[in-house]
Amino acid sequence: MTLVDFLRETLSLTGTHIGCEHGVCGACTVLLDGESVRACLMFAVQADGANVTTVEGLAPPGEMNDLQRAFQAFHALQCGFCTPGILTTVTALLRENPKPTEDQVRHAISGNICRCTGYQPIVQAILDCARSRARVIAAGEGRAK
Amino acid sequence: MKSAAFDHVAPETVDQALALLVRHGDDAKILAGGQSLVPVLALRLASPSWLIDLNRIASLSGIRRLESGELAIGALTRQRMLERSDVVALANPLLAAAMPWIAHVQIRNRGTIGGSLAHADPAAELPALCVACDAILVAQSQRGRREIAAAEFFKGMFETALAADELLVEIRFPGWPVGRAHGFLEVARRHGDFAICGIAATIDRNDDGGICDSRIVAFGVNDRPVRLAAAERALIGNRGTGDAILAAASAASTGLSPRSDHHASSEYRLELAQVLTRRALIQAMPQALRNKAN
Repeated sequence: MTLVDFLRETLSLTGTHIGCEHGVCGACTVLLDGESVRACLMFAVQADGANVTTVEGLAPPGEMNDLQRAFQAFHALQCGFCTPGILTTVTALLRENPKPTEDQVRHAISGNICRCTGYQPIVQAILDCARSRARVIAAGEGRAK
Repeated sequence: MKSAAFDHVAPETVDQALALLVRHGDDAKILAGGQSLVPVLALRLASPSWLIDLNRIASLSGIRRLESGELAIGALTRQRMLERSDVVALANPLLAAAMPWIAHVQIRNRGTIGGSLAHADPAAELPALCVACDAILVAQSQRGRREIAAAEFFKGMFETALAADELLVEIRFPGWPVGRAHGFLEVARRHGDFAICGIAATIDRNDDGGICDSRIVAFGVNDRPVRLAAAERALIGNRGTGDAILAAASAASTGLSPRSDHHASSEYRLELAQVLTRRALIQAMPQALRNKAN
């Protein structure tokens, strides 16, 4: 059983989606020990001992984190099928590179296919979220001085 | 689609893995990163009864710079680890430059160098890099260890010199000569897709600045990585001026007969071989002039 089937069927965590089931579309992307991976290309048994984060884990139940709120504000989703895979991918991106350029954002999501949005609002949402986080950090540093 | 049922076993040591390979023979497939194998299983292009999962064998992963200057990489080392490695950046700038071109970050987080090489996709980058760098691929079986030169390793489409009872355990890249320049690029329909054509190039110069050796390796245009020997010859002995680059680039398609498929026509692949050779050599040229000036 693949990891994505285990998440969806056994754990009833249906936020992670199955698109192509052969590693191309990115809809099934989750975080494995913080790194983005294709859940359709791993077997559940291989996640033994690892920390898996799905879209359900980005915020407390019923809430959205700042990245998700940015997606809402910028209309970065329509059908929403690609969205969980992009959110997890971007969560890993921003952890590694908190101030990505637009090119770096586009490069980072190039493994996630979206049929609805044309990517532009997705990129804007990500950049806006990154800028907001940077402002919060800068404000915090200002206060600390 | 979903894979057919199989039994999964995860040995803790190389010896255990080798014993399992012998026991199950054709009924088993090796599972490393899974980024090439699992799609094959999901599409039911293969349905092995056993998967021998190598991911618990810690000794198969690691990056070491040897005293000889060689770069020794465990076959199970994740591509993302190579991409992030300072050791690789210093010990093999061509490998470091090429890593971000491989698929997408999600694939590189799980995919391994050994898995890519053993899978031997004609459009893959790592096989071409091994050929360009004259890497040694180390295979192990219950019969012992065997060192295979990269030029001998890739036999055809998805076909390598590995025997049925052998595991690829290590890849050794020779030390990077002082002053060697490199270039790397590929063209795909989207960034991260399989390459329609790619070029890995190195240039070595004498003290007087003349080019004494060059490797120009193309991938995606044949059933395995191919050295563009005519293009390499066009560079040897001269200083690598613009004319030499153009001569090498037009010689790049000599002897190539790539197939046409739904990604690209044969003609387009031939044209790309020439254009990308020119661009890769331009990438390499300024470095070579800078290196010699220092």
